[in-house]
Amino acid sequence: MFEAIAFYLFAFLTIAMFFIAVTTSQALYALTSLAAGMIFISAFFFILGADFLGAVQIVVYSGAVMALYAFGMMFFDTTRDVKEKNGNKYIVVGLSVVSAILVVAIFSAPLVSENITALYPMVEGAGNTQEVGLVLFTKYLVPFEVAAVMLLVAMIAGIVLAGKDMDLSLTLLDDNEIEEIKNKQMKKVL
Amino acid sequence: MEIGLNHYLVLSTILFAIGLIGVMRRKNLLLLFFATEILLNSVNIAFAAISHYYGDLTGQMFAFFVIAIAASEVAVGLGLLIVWHKRHGTIDLDTMSTMRG
Repeated sequence: MFEAIAFYLFAFLTIAMFFIAVTTSQALYALTSLAAGMIFISAFFFILGADFLGAVQIVVYSGAVMALYAFGMMFFDTTRDVKEKNGNKYIVVGLSVVSAILVVAIFSAPLVSENITALYPMVEGAGNTQEVGLVLFTKYLVPFEVAAVMLLVAMIAGIVLAGKDMDLSLTLLDDNEIEEIKNKQMKKVL
Repeated sequence: MEIGLNHYLVLSTILFAIGLIGVMRRKNLLLLFFATEILLNSVNIAFAAISHYYGDLTGQMFAFFVIAIAASEVAVGLGLLIVWHKRHGTIDLDTMSTMRG
């Protein structure tokens, strides 16, 4: 009973938040509602007994990813209203629903045919974090290391891409110097 | 009333559809990234639910890797967006149609 109430409450909240995130024309509203939706999703993980995943969800998504997006919003001019494509609404909605059902079919096909077996069953008497550690550092050690290398690559790429020309500050230069830099850049682009 | 696996899969479908609608109607690249985050999160819910109802930890493991991939995607994507914004002053998708065939 309690589980059902929690499920329906958080399902409603998550759907509402994500709906606002994709329909609003204000970038700030989209960011805030997306962050709220991420936190509500972690509630599902706690209901499902995946405590560690829920904690990681809050830390990584609501912490790191949202902070990066907030930084991006400060960098880009997002205060004005966002323009949107005004295509055929029925095509957009129809295509989305069909492909979403396809994804669920991919997930549920092995469940329907009943030939699924637990490869790495839950360990008796161990907490969720302990179980995750046991499986992650034995069966999934190589993918774990590959993911670590991928994060390193992403970090270096972020520094190299975003850190270019960070040594000159637009707020400390006077107008003539900024104009000069702009002209130089225009020449480079042309 | 018992909450079963189907409830979670239906919720995952609804969230995935919302994310796809966002991907198709957004022009601003930053908001397009928001929609992709919704897609990744909806799939994570399905992974965690199947992991719980079948007593198998593989689903949770994949959810962890999806989160790691999402984090690195954001870092690289925002870096590329900053470079594009410096060069063109806008992050609208319509300005990126230089390779029109």
